[in-house]
Amino acid sequence: MSLLEIKNLSVAFQTAGGMFTAVDRVSLSINPGEIVSIVGESGSGKSVAMLALMGLLPWTATVTADVLKFDGKDLTTISNKNLRKIIGNEMAMIFQEPMTSLNPCFTVGFQLSEALKIHYGMGRSERKKRAIELLDQVGIPEPQKRLSAFPHQLSGGMNQRVMIAIAISCNPRLLIADEPTTALDVTIQAQILDLLLSLQREKQMSLVLITHDMGVVAETAEKVVVQYAGQQVEQQQVKGLFSNPHHPYTSALLDSLPERSTSKTLPSILGVVPGQFDKPSGCLFSPRCKYATDLCLSTPPLPADENLGRALCHYPLEKGVPQNYPEKMEVA
Amino acid sequence: MMEGNIVLEASDLKRHYEIKRGAFRQPAILKALDGATFKLEKGRTLAVVGESGCGKSTLARLVTMIEAPTAGELKIQDVDIIKADNATKRALHSKVQIIFQDPYGSLNPRQKIGMCLEEPLLVNTSLGKKERRSKAKNMLDLVGLRPEHYERYPHMFSGGQRQRIAVARALMLNPEILVLDEPVSALDVSIQAQILNLLTYLQDEFNLAYLFISHDLSVVKHTADDVMVMYLGRPIEFGSRDNIFSRPHHPYTRALLSATPVADPFRTKERIVLHGELPSPIAPPSGCTFHPRCPYMTEECTKKAPAIQILDECEVACYHPKTY
Repeated sequence: MSLLEIKNLSVAFQTAGGMFTAVDRVSLSINPGEIVSIVGESGSGKSVAMLALMGLLPWTATVTADVLKFDGKDLTTISNKNLRKIIGNEMAMIFQEPMTSLNPCFTVGFQLSEALKIHYGMGRSERKKRAIELLDQVGIPEPQKRLSAFPHQLSGGMNQRVMIAIAISCNPRLLIADEPTTALDVTIQAQILDLLLSLQREKQMSLVLITHDMGVVAETAEKVVVQYAGQQVEQQQVKGLFSNPHHPYTSALLDSLPERSTSKTLPSILGVVPGQFDKPSGCLFSPRCKYATDLCLSTPPLPADENLGRALCHYPLEKGVPQNYPEKMEVA
Repeated sequence: MMEGNIVLEASDLKRHYEIKRGAFRQPAILKALDGATFKLEKGRTLAVVGESGCGKSTLARLVTMIEAPTAGELKIQDVDIIKADNATKRALHSKVQIIFQDPYGSLNPRQKIGMCLEEPLLVNTSLGKKERRSKAKNMLDLVGLRPEHYERYPHMFSGGQRQRIAVARALMLNPEILVLDEPVSALDVSIQAQILNLLTYLQDEFNLAYLFISHDLSVVKHTADDVMVMYLGRPIEFGSRDNIFSRPHHPYTRALLSATPVADPFRTKERIVLHGELPSPIAPPSGCTFHPRCPYMTEECTKKAPAIQILDECEVACYHPKTY
């Protein structure tokens, strides 16, 4: 049985210009011990979907889902009291900016033991012991001393380690890491990714890694979900995604990576991600897609089969060739 | 190297900052940049790579003459800018332009794009209103924006378009050197490719020299001709792009390359994990500043900073470089 099951999750925000759909019918299932990566550009709704799951969205957001189950418990109907027992305990999250996601007014030790007090009801000395143990686990030297340090006294990499320690303090079964290394240097990024992976193996956690960096995806993930403008456009195992992308967007995105290009001019994707007011009526990627036809411009596509990565496309690619593509149609 | 083509020459360039530590203590010296030597030719790209705090941005500030170096020599078009008088410096200012990392912060939100592009002309030239306007519109066209954007404000543009505006503004005075301080790191992958293509096109068109500052090695590999790797204010390896990426000598360069994630799940590679973090630049380690994190450290390294030696056409500052 999968640990987390999401079907048709949508999130809409009330804005001055009307409702804005940030996440549009996203489905995902995560097995215990699996590493799933969600990739997408900014505005693709990758963070918002996970924030909705954690119940961290502001009141302006409307969350709807057909199924939203964690470990068999239905999160859409659960009472707030019971939800709080799951969040931070069995399900934890790490954020992008380690410097701003810790409270500057409290010591690292205090913030670390908060969750232990609430979820486990541990006493003071027990909490301290566990906090030292956790800091040691995430590779912070001299954990005893660091307990009384404030976040501004630590570097970005150290703060991210503290964040990870807080997240794993209650032995979560699902850890969501929202761009955990974007704000860090490459050598520190490598350290943090290694740490996350070793903790994941050790504790048999499921890990959701939200990122925009295809390199990080290639090196860490098992299953990859690609999002574009709030929609899930493709879902595949990592090797398949890189060798045989099924959605034109994934394919174009991979081609535009400088490291994969062979010529001096990069094959770039023209145009920009559609915003709130210029959403196309058909396929959301159609204005930028090189295979777009009249059908794409007018009708939103349905997800393809499992073996085509559930690509949200009228003509999903197979080895770079669009399937069922009308032969005599001029490329728009 | 052709001598006549060199537009920028720096030798042993240093920039130190004094940091006050209260009334009764000696101020500390922060060596943000501690001895950089390099040359930049017309039509070529020199990439400066390193982690935060390695002095990349300080170097950019020195080259663009925003700050004066503490010591060393900096020649722009054969003019030593430290000894030059104000009038010469003023003339040189228009030859070196900079593009910043964050296109959201580097444009004035209250200024229309047209005005923003015309301002350099207004200050530095005696062109009339009409000429300025036509130049600005030509430039908009050149960087891939439409003429109607002339009347708009920065908030009406996306990140990629704003970076195009920043490029257009930098090119208004026909510079010879463009300092690109992380020009694409705030942009999404698909937009990043557009801006990199634009930069390549402009370099060919105007024979520009680029000083490309970045921490993203995959971007550097794509754009650079030469690469300078820096660590804690000092260049530690300098060489052509192919040499640096295929035969890195310095342990830090090798660690940096191995730590960079590669978008290829089929590749297995050696992973050199560096332990520890960047030391404080106020109290840098003795000898070779990299020694506390270096896997090949010996006693020699802790005593004296290694001199630069030449290995397979690369300049390396290390006692134990990897040889091929």
